[in-house]
Amino acid sequence: MMTFKGRVVSKGNVTAPALVSHGGLNTLASFQKALQFGDKKATCGDQNNPDLYGKQMAGKALCLPRTIGSTTGGLVLYGAASMNRQPACMLFSEPIDSLAAAGAILADVWLDNVSMPVIDSLGEEFLNSVKDDMMITVKEDGTVELK
Amino acid sequence: MKLTEEQQAILDGKKGETLAKVMETMVRYGELFGADSMEKITGEYNHLVTSFGLKALKPVYDLLDKLIEAGAVSQQKFSADPRPMDKNVPSNFIQNFVFNNFMYTRQEEYEKQLEKLGLMDKDAFTCTCYMDEVGNTPKKGDVLSWSESSAVVYANSVLGARCNRNSGIIDIMGSIVGYVPKFGFLTDEGRKAKWIVEIKTTKIPEAQLLGSAVGMKVMEDVPYIVGLDKWLGGKLDDNAKTYLKDFGAATASNGAVGLYHVEGITPEAVEQGRALINEDAQVYVIDDAEIKRVYDSYPVIWKNKDAKPKLCFMGCPHMSLEQLKSWTVKIDDGLKKAGNSKVLIPTVFTAAPGVIAEFKKTDYYAKLINAGVILSYICPLMYMNNPMSEKMPVITSSNKLRTYTSARFYTDDEILEQLTKGGR
Repeated sequence: MMTFKGRVVSKGNVTAPALVSHGGLNTLASFQKALQFGDKKATCGDQNNPDLYGKQMAGKALCLPRTIGSTTGGLVLYGAASMNRQPACMLFSEPIDSLAAAGAILADVWLDNVSMPVIDSLGEEFLNSVKDDMMITVKEDGTVELK
Repeated sequence: MKLTEEQQAILDGKKGETLAKVMETMVRYGELFGADSMEKITGEYNHLVTSFGLKALKPVYDLLDKLIEAGAVSQQKFSADPRPMDKNVPSNFIQNFVFNNFMYTRQEEYEKQLEKLGLMDKDAFTCTCYMDEVGNTPKKGDVLSWSESSAVVYANSVLGARCNRNSGIIDIMGSIVGYVPKFGFLTDEGRKAKWIVEIKTTKIPEAQLLGSAVGMKVMEDVPYIVGLDKWLGGKLDDNAKTYLKDFGAATASNGAVGLYHVEGITPEAVEQGRALINEDAQVYVIDDAEIKRVYDSYPVIWKNKDAKPKLCFMGCPHMSLEQLKSWTVKIDDGLKKAGNSKVLIPTVFTAAPGVIAEFKKTDYYAKLINAGVILSYICPLMYMNNPMSEKMPVITSSNKLRTYTSARFYTDDEILEQLTKGGR
């Protein structure tokens, strides 16, 4: 088991299988189609992201460096969380960007009964170590365990 | 974060639960980025990225309703990004079915919400709100709560305003409480350059390609660009502003740039020069070979790479008045030389409603329409987000459109050739 410690953006405890994006996650491109056409699995629709394209994002421990793209990013993430199609948690190797931060905070402040722990600054080694489908446990204090 | 008495009172719920939650959102947002205070918004108008009533984002509109019901509306009037649909833009039956039944079903309702929240006027829909013809042009030093990456980078860099790359919803929440957290581009330190970009090309690099190269290299950092001023004539005139509009949009979409300085051109670079550069700044040299390398690196994601283009979009971000005029001349000349009377690919030029209104007063307008070009206020990105549009072979010289959609990028010269002579 490997353990990493990051900064808590939105706290919570969760265990979920990993889904890894080595490039930045384009939030709008990734979620738009799934939200539009009622895809409960939130299948990633971003053709420019070979790591994620066509894979289920809902319920996964989404591991990524940062989000990129349109400044609609935060509201798209909030929309996904409102419809319960959000990742189980979001784990950033880098310090969080302003768009993902907005999505995480909006979901935390404005939605009841929705949990999406978000941890950032986990470091490059975290992203190099984690692989798709590894079981990840996130703890409230920002500890991330990979099995 | 240290709050003033007034800000603390809002956070404590003295002005109602909804406003307290808005303030909590803004404070938590700032704290994540090390803000130690909230700064008063001083810009006259706000600008919002969300211009579309997308069926999929019902929860977002529900949240806006909550704000309106609680009387938590914007303290500033605002403009918003371009509308997602325009019946003048060619689309087939299936595309229209998807637009009207699966995508923008909430458009009318959403525009009513925007009016209640503080929309400047019914035509204040454009990503280039900062143009004179639109009227949302911040002054140097103004503190803003804008979103829309291409507008933020323009406001920061070309106008010298102070704004972070805010997300949708955060934008309006800033102007509801009247404050934004002080971090990043709101601080002098955050406006310092971490990169020196040296332009060593043998001709003026295409703005959209140069911006792409810079964005992909520096990502979210601030670049200080040297050697571009000579290609821009050494002054910030309308041509330079148009160039920087397209350059900036490409840096912001191909990377995540929110501010750049151009030596001898942009206001802070003119005032402070190389004092804006951090001591440990990295250097990135761009020559003709680097521009070509970047261009050649773009993937073509069309199923049939040899497909004949069915549509050409120009104007992401929206075109300036100067651009509409110069493209009219180029198309007119190109068609004459090729012995054609109309463009050979259905072509849409997009611009702000205010810019279109001004353009219509000129002699160029009739020439452009006679050449078969459609003029629209639409957002090409919103059009291309339709899965049916995604399958169409669409061409563009916008690097933002290329990045977010299946549209294929060509240089301005290549686009002109395809429109006037065909042959690709």
